[in-house]
Amino acid sequence: MGKTLFDKIWDQHVVKTIPGGPDILYIDRHYIHEVTSPQAFAGLERRGIRVFRPEKVVATADHNVPTKDQHLPIKDLLSRNQVEKLTENAGKYGITLYGLGHPFQGIVHVIGPELGLTLPGQTIVCGDSHTATHGAFGTIAFGIGTSEVEMVMATQCLIQQKPKSMRISVNGKLSNGVTSKDVILYIISKLTAGGATGFFVEYAGSTFKHMSMEARMTVCNMSIEMGARGGLMAPDDVTFKYLEKREFSLKGKDFTEAVKKWKKLYSNPDAKFSSEISFNAEDIEPMVTWGTNPGQGTKITGIIPDSPENRGALEYMGFKAGESFLGKKINYVFIGSCTNGRIEDFREVARIVKGKKKATNVRAYLVPGSKQVEQQIEQEGLRQIFEDTGLEVRQPGCSACLGMNDDKVPRGELCVSTSNRNFEGRQGPGARTILASPLTAAAVALTGSITDVRTLI
Amino acid sequence: MEKINIIESKAIPLEIENIDTDQIIPARFLKATTREGFGENLFRDWRFDDKGIPKPGFILNNPDRKGKILVAGKNFGSGSSREHAAWALYDYGFRAIVSSFFADIFANNALNNGLLIVQVPDEFLARTFRILNNEPETLIHIDLGKQEISIPGKNLNSAFPINSFKKKCLLEGIDDIDYLLSIKQEILDFEKRIYG
Repeated sequence: MGKTLFDKIWDQHVVKTIPGGPDILYIDRHYIHEVTSPQAFAGLERRGIRVFRPEKVVATADHNVPTKDQHLPIKDLLSRNQVEKLTENAGKYGITLYGLGHPFQGIVHVIGPELGLTLPGQTIVCGDSHTATHGAFGTIAFGIGTSEVEMVMATQCLIQQKPKSMRISVNGKLSNGVTSKDVILYIISKLTAGGATGFFVEYAGSTFKHMSMEARMTVCNMSIEMGARGGLMAPDDVTFKYLEKREFSLKGKDFTEAVKKWKKLYSNPDAKFSSEISFNAEDIEPMVTWGTNPGQGTKITGIIPDSPENRGALEYMGFKAGESFLGKKINYVFIGSCTNGRIEDFREVARIVKGKKKATNVRAYLVPGSKQVEQQIEQEGLRQIFEDTGLEVRQPGCSACLGMNDDKVPRGELCVSTSNRNFEGRQGPGARTILASPLTAAAVALTGSITDVRTLI
Repeated sequence: MEKINIIESKAIPLEIENIDTDQIIPARFLKATTREGFGENLFRDWRFDDKGIPKPGFILNNPDRKGKILVAGKNFGSGSSREHAAWALYDYGFRAIVSSFFADIFANNALNNGLLIVQVPDEFLARTFRILNNEPETLIHIDLGKQEISIPGKNLNSAFPINSFKKKCLLEGIDDIDYLLSIKQEILDFEKRIYG
């Protein structure tokens, strides 16, 4: 039986198999950040051991950081302590750190790819569930807990049970106004929030083939939102072109040689998946979520559904079954995060808002995913477009995605957000999140209410 | 890590599906740099109102409900990989979580901290909820060695899965890192073979 893309990468990284049990999996790249690493370093300390392969670990500060006045000390003392602890640990253990103020700083899943640290065929982990993002490059990338962060720091290995395989195919051309974010929200709405638990997903089909790397990352990023440990796509010329000339990517002959190997990373035609699902791109419209998990989504022109098990979610959101989304007043918009904080996302937003004015009721957070994205926004003249619209560009970080730093949505307020989770309180205690694409978020920023972006383009 | 074999205790039913780790411990309480003390903020926004006053309707605030076992609706622990969720449950006093379905990362995190994950069929879970809702004093008996959960006196029992490696670790109180450190030479050999 032919191997899947996942099998090919996994099998190459198995150090040994425990009889009747899990595999010992070797990890090529380990990203760390300030929130889920301090207890792991403390564990190493307690055991009296060093980081085994510090050159394979890269650190950045993203979750806790303010998105204004980053040159000043962080006001929140606990956040500051965590960020300082990361700096201290990185120094002590010889780990490269792109901390606050560094030109490479940013959200861990934005900087890894843009710096060329994420390469096809790698195994990648990070103490963050959105590590699946890196799967867009044909890698096995998944989130881990802090004990596992410690494991990888101690031994560069993890003990893992091989997950089941699922292939999700989407074929056809997306309509104007429909983005990769809508595709993944659509898929999750069909599979539900736990529908892919126990699986590792491969995304296949012409729709993904026609996507940019940024768009592919948005798709893989949200694999965890249907329970999948991760999601990946076969690398192709789009991938190779993206990786060429990236800061830490392979160079010259090494790159050419690597591409030859990377071209073998695909699922063989006779490979068998434990589960196969397919969708048509033509069926996908701009999506929004109505509930408190990412599986509770529907098309923007749809109505809020009714069923007994949804009552709690609707009550939290302040929605009534049968209501339509369109026209619902929105006071908060967040554009950013590891899902949609890349340069392409801001270009798309600029395309919609250029020459227009922000609605007066809207408070918008535009947060670049990294210092490099921030710089591109500047260089491409997007900042000016946003400022003319009345939209302020903040500094890089996870921002209002997770209610951990200063950027929060007030209790009871609805926020149209390009992030990945609409859990209760995710964007701040009592905040109500509606997940959507950057295009939809841009449309909402202009009108102050839920708007079908297709009416503006 | 503490050894686990038998856990017998009263249990707290939390009959909600898709309980994500943001509910178990909201992000704003993840700022500590040690593993202790997270129990205080377990289910923070369900347990307390915005002034920090306990909400009387939430089951953990009911003085009649005590126990080392939490019984929860399916897809428990979805979302964020934060191990703080497992630490918070453990710190609060839970030693086992029973549900019909667990999110992968959460399950790993829990087991890595000696918090037992007991996955039972939907029917078993539904009956357990019915019993616990009516009879708060009911004891649940979990035997890791036999991989069996039962409710004594109710003629209700079920096997539960756990991989043999993890089971051995829990029974003997050893962790994955101890094991990985013990095979360091094999890891070095692998590196040499693959990366030269």
